[in-house]
Parts: sequence; structure tokens; C-alpha cells
Amino acid sequence: MRGKGMILLAEDNETDALLLKRAFEKADVDTPLTVVRDGQEAVSYLRGEKQFSNRQEHPFPILMLLDLKMPLMDGFDVLSWLKDQPELKRLLVVVLTSSNLQADIDRAYDLGANSYLVKPTGFDRLIDLTKRLESYWLQANQMPVLGSSSR
Amino acid sequence: MSETTSILHVEDEGQDVFLLQRAFRAAGVVNPVQHVRDGEEAIDYLGGTGSYAHRKEPLQPHLVLLDLKLPGKTGLEVLEWIRAHPILRAMVVIVFSSSPEPEDVERAYHAGANSYIVKPIDLDQYAEIAILLKRWWLGYNQFAPIGGTPLVFGT
Repeated sequence: MRGKGMILLAEDNETDALLLKRAFEKADVDTPLTVVRDGQEAVSYLRGEKQFSNRQEHPFPILMLLDLKMPLMDGFDVLSWLKDQPELKRLLVVVLTSSNLQADIDRAYDLGANSYLVKPTGFDRLIDLTKRLESYWLQANQMPVLGSSSR
Repeated sequence: MSETTSILHVEDEGQDVFLLQRAFRAAGVVNPVQHVRDGEEAIDYLGGTGSYAHRKEPLQPHLVLLDLKLPGKTGLEVLEWIRAHPILRAMVVIVFSSSPEPEDVERAYHAGANSYIVKPIDLDQYAEIAILLKRWWLGYNQFAPIGGTPLVFGT
């Protein structure tokens, strides 16, 4: 499991997506990061449909970084959808948003987010976050077993 | 935020309590850490019942480190109780268990664990884990709002 797989980033802001990609490179994270630009595209990716139907090219992620405010389907919609998918719902989801509203934090956890982060300001801090994401979630944490349904 | 984030450590093995305390101290964790010894005590602590019924200060931690194999009520039962609780349900719960078995990992996530860490076996490993926990959960993570005093308070 370790050092393999990919991370899916659902983020509509192109600058934020680009900065995070750069931070992954700077931090030497060897897990690839794929960007989808809204909630609907995130769901398509997770379902492996449309342009994402080839699972060799678009493997299922080991973790999703999820923005909350996105067009079409927002992050909450994605979390709600995910919660109803018995095969996929254990996917690790780290919310990465500019909102620090308590109501948003509460709702995201309620819908099953594993962790909630406010986007850091400054590139150095983004690199640091990326390193910590790798050492905690990709190395120390035990991955959930996806595809196993509820018992 | 990070230094005021409060932690509840649910662990029945004295050695593991000691090791985590030392590792946290070495990692410079200055946060309040409350320790309870089993599942019943965890639920009493969180719900303000039993021997915690007369406590005046708020009892709700931001973060729970939860062992699975506990005497009486198991860690899974505590986790299910938290997730069904009207105020506490969005609390971050990290399962901290000696079991790396996929079945235990699966059950924990199914019951709503935010994260699952296999308990280290010596002080060096504890020190490493303490640093990782500190950097992620006390450094970056935002916690759900504390819902105020527990629901059942001495009644």
C-alpha cells in the first residue's frame, strides 16, 4: 500500500491546485496528485465513468483532498454522496478549504470527513503541510479497506 | 488553538499510558491530556455521568485517542456511542490499537473512526508517533465546536 496509489484533489481554484501540485513536488511526495475541478468531476472520477473510465490511467485514490466551495456539486454534496456508497465510503477524505466557520467544520465531520484543514497561507507552510500529510496519512495511518461493504 | 486542544486518552494498560505521557512530553505537547482506564469511564467522562456527574468544568475533549481492547465496554462500543450522541458525534476519534488486523481496521472505520494508528511497542516508536500526531492534529486540523456542557449533568 505504501508509496503507491494516488491522491485526488477536488479544487475549482486553479491557482490553489497549481500551488499544491508544486508543494507536492517540492516536498518530494512520490504519490501522484490528480486534480478535478468540481464536485461533479470528483464523483465521476470516483465512479470511474466518462473520461475517467480507464482504471489503469485513473486509479482509485487512497485519499481525497476536498475543497468545500465548488460549482455544480460542492464538497458537502460530495461527502453526502460518498456516505451512501457502501463500497467507497471509507475513502479517506481531508477537507482543505478557506472556510473556518464552525458550522462548516461541524457539518463536514458529520458527513464523514476524516480531517478538516484551513488552507494555509504562504508556500512554505503548504510544503510543510504536504510533508505532514504524507508522513501521517500515507505512512503512519492504517488505510481503510475499500470495497468491503458494511457488516 | 493548538495548545488548548484537549485530548482524552482511553487506555487500560498502565505501561501504554506511561509511554504516551513520556512521548508527548518529549514531543513538547503541552495540551491537557485526560486519561481514563476503560470504556465505561470514557462514557461517564464524556457524558458527565457516574463518577463524573458532579464535575463543574466542561468535559468534552477535542480529540479522543481510543484503545480497542478494553475491559467491559470495548473501544468500538465507545466509538459507536460517540457517533450516536447528539452533541459529541462530530468529535475526532483516533483509534490507537495494538491490532494491525484488517478486520479491526475495517470495523473501526465502519464505526466512524477518523484515523487508525497501530500502537507502538517501545519508547522510540512512541516518540515518533507522538510527533506525527502533534504535527497533524495539533498543528493543522480544525476541530468541531465544543457543544458546551454535557447533556446529562448530574441528573
